[in-house]
Amino acid sequence: MDTQAVIKEQVTSNAVVLYMKGTPKFPQCGFSNLATQILKACEVDYLAVDVLADQNIREGIKSYANWPTIPQLYVNGEFVGGSDIMRAMYESGELQTLLNMAK
Amino acid sequence: MLSAQQLETYITQNLVCDYIKVLGDDGTHFEALIVSPEFQGKSMVQQHQRVYAALGDKMKAEIHALSMRTLTPEAWQKLNNKN
Repeated sequence: MDTQAVIKEQVTSNAVVLYMKGTPKFPQCGFSNLATQILKACEVDYLAVDVLADQNIREGIKSYANWPTIPQLYVNGEFVGGSDIMRAMYESGELQTLLNMAK
Repeated sequence: MLSAQQLETYITQNLVCDYIKVLGDDGTHFEALIVSPEFQGKSMVQQHQRVYAALGDKMKAEIHALSMRTLTPEAWQKLNNKN
């Protein structure tokens, strides 16, 4: 399976997926850390994919949603945004609504 | 080392901005506030993608981290009236 197919499989077979640097316990970047904190505050279960563990995913995820940075959040297969957008949506309450529907 | 000023220039070369302010002095981490009429009718994801498109390959090569807030001129106007 090529990388784009692997990513598609991941984001469609899990309701909430976060592509990040490091793991939720040990994030390797401030933006990824922020993303995990936001999801924690939303009390949602999610699949965390450490892009540092897989070079193919790390590069492939950038073209998947035409988004050159990490972290990236996907809900029900749809790209939601990076950490700036996650924060803005969390502050407006949109993210909680979206995640509640996905649970 | 990439300066905030240079980054502003990179963005404005390819995107019409009513207002832009980029902060950051370590050469790799930046914060930007960008107001552009081109953001009209676009989702937040599309607005950020438009900025990434303006930066092109520089986003992969020179810039490690760019935190941004994008606003349409109307949203910018409303924000200013509030403050």
